[in-house]
Amino acid sequence: MQSPMTRMTDAAAFLAVDNVSHTYAGPAGDVQALANVTFRVVRESFVCLVGPSGCGKSTLLRALAGLLPPSQGQVSLDTQPVTRPQRRIGIIFQKANLMPWRTVYHNLQLPLQISGVPARERQQRTEAMLTLTGLDGFAQAYPAELSGGMAQRVALGRALIHDPEVLLMDEPFGALDALTREQMSAELLRIWSRHRKTVFMVTHSISEAVLLADRVLVMSPRPGRIVFDLEIPLARPRNLELLHQPAFVSLTEKLRHNIRTS
Amino acid sequence: MSNQHKRLGEIVIIWIRTVWLRLLLAPVLGISFLVVWAAVVEADVYTNLVLPSPGEVAERWYELYADGLLWRHTEVTLYEVFFGLGYGVLVAFVTGYFIAKSRIVASLLTPYLVALQAVPIVAVAPLLIIWFGPETQSKVIICALLVFFPMLVNTVIGMRSIPPDLRDLLRSLQANPLETFWYLELPAALPVVIGGLKVSATLSVIGAVVGEFVSPNEGLGYLIATGRGNYDTPQVIATVLTLTALALLLYGLATLLEYALLSWQRAGNNGL
Repeated sequence: MQSPMTRMTDAAAFLAVDNVSHTYAGPAGDVQALANVTFRVVRESFVCLVGPSGCGKSTLLRALAGLLPPSQGQVSLDTQPVTRPQRRIGIIFQKANLMPWRTVYHNLQLPLQISGVPARERQQRTEAMLTLTGLDGFAQAYPAELSGGMAQRVALGRALIHDPEVLLMDEPFGALDALTREQMSAELLRIWSRHRKTVFMVTHSISEAVLLADRVLVMSPRPGRIVFDLEIPLARPRNLELLHQPAFVSLTEKLRHNIRTS
Repeated sequence: MSNQHKRLGEIVIIWIRTVWLRLLLAPVLGISFLVVWAAVVEADVYTNLVLPSPGEVAERWYELYADGLLWRHTEVTLYEVFFGLGYGVLVAFVTGYFIAKSRIVASLLTPYLVALQAVPIVAVAPLLIIWFGPETQSKVIICALLVFFPMLVNTVIGMRSIPPDLRDLLRSLQANPLETFWYLELPAALPVVIGGLKVSATLSVIGAVVGEFVSPNEGLGYLIATGRGNYDTPQVIATVLTLTALALLLYGLATLLEYALLSWQRAGNNGL
C-alpha cells in the first residue's frame, strides 16, 4: 500500500527528513519525542501531519524550522542541511504570536524590516498583503482589538510577506472556534492557490488535514514516528462543500481508523 | 424606598465617575488640610516655632523665591537628580539586561547586588562623601545608587517576561542581537521598565537630599538643614513642599513618557 510519494526519487524531494530522532533531557529522566522519522515533501505540495497530542509533532516542526537541532538524523531543504533558522522558511505558531505594541500594518512588516527591504517596497508589499489576507480595514488596529481569526490572518500574512519557499504551521487554527476554523481553512486554500508554497502543517483535526493537504502523515503516540502516509487525490480547487462528499468522508474514515489502530 | 436608595446610589456613582469630580477630589482634600492646619495654629496649640501658619510658610516661600535662593538651590538638586537618575537608570538597565540574558552573569552579580541594596544608603553616604568629595559628584553617586535597584529588578522581570514564541519568531527571521533588542526585547520589556523608572524617579529626589544632608553645602537639602539650624521652621516647610513638587514633577514626566510610549496598551480597552 505504498503511496506514489514514498516511491518518488530523492531528486523530486524539496524538504527531506532523514532518520530524525529527538530526546529531551528532563529532570525526571530523558523523554524521547521522535523516533526515526523519515519522509519527503515535494516542492509546492501541501502536507499535513496528524497525531495525538504530545506525540512530538511540535518537536518535529521545530526541527524542520531549524529552531531545534535534533539529537539524531538530518533535515534538509533543497539538498542543503537545515541546521539553523533560515528566511526561506516561514513559520506560523498555534497562537498568533503578534507583537501587541505594533499595529496590524507594522506586524505584517516585521520580516521585511529585519531583511532590510527599502521603505517604499515595504509599504507596497504590506498593502498587497493586507488585501490578500482580507485585513484591509484593520491596518491601524492593534492585536488587542482583533478576534482570534483576524489575528491568525495577520500571522499568516506575516509568514507569507517575505515570500518564503516553505511554510511551516503548528496547529495554526487550533485555538479558534469551529466556525472560524473552517472559514480560515477556506481562506488558506484560497491564498495557497495564489501563492504556491511548500506547506507542512501540523494539525489535530483529521477533516482539516484532508480538506487542505495533498498528503497526510499520521504520527504515533510518543515517541513519535510516521505510521501511515495517505495521499489525498481530491481535485483542486477545493472548498468547504467537499466536507460532505463521500470521497472526502471515506478518506477521513480511513485516517481515523489508522490513528485508532496505531 | 429601597428602590429609591438604589437609584440614589447609582446617581452618586455616576457623579463620582465624571472627570470633573475626579479632578476636584484631590484639591478638596488639600484645601481641607490647609484649613485644619490654619485652625490648629489659630487655636495656639503649638508655639509658632513648632508650627507656623500656612500664610507664614507661603510668605517665606515667596521670600526665598524672590531673592533667588530657592531657584539656586533647586537648580543644584535638579542637577544631582538629573545625572543621578540618568546614570543609575542607564547602568541598571544594562546590568538588568545581561542578568536576564545570561545565567552566568546572574549568578555572578546577584548576591552582591542584593547586598548593596540591603545596606542603608544613609549609612554609606558619609563614606561616599569621603571618597568622592563633598561636592555634587558624591551626591550624584548616592542618588544613582538609590535609584539603581528598582530599575534593575524591573528590567530583569521585563526581559524575562518576553514570550518564547516571539523569540522563536525573531530567530526564524534571522534577526541579529541588535535587531532582536530593538524589535522585540526593548518594546516587550518597556511597560515593566517604565514602571521601574517611575519608582526610581521619585526615589531620585530622596537620593539627592540624603547626600545634601550628610554634606550640606548646596541644594534643597542644604536649605532645610540651615532652616533647622536657624530655627526657621517656615523655611523648612517651604523647602519640603518644593521638594515634594519636584518629586511630583518627575513622576508626572515619567507618567507622560509612559503615556506616549505605551499608547498601544490603551487599544482594546477603550473604556478605561
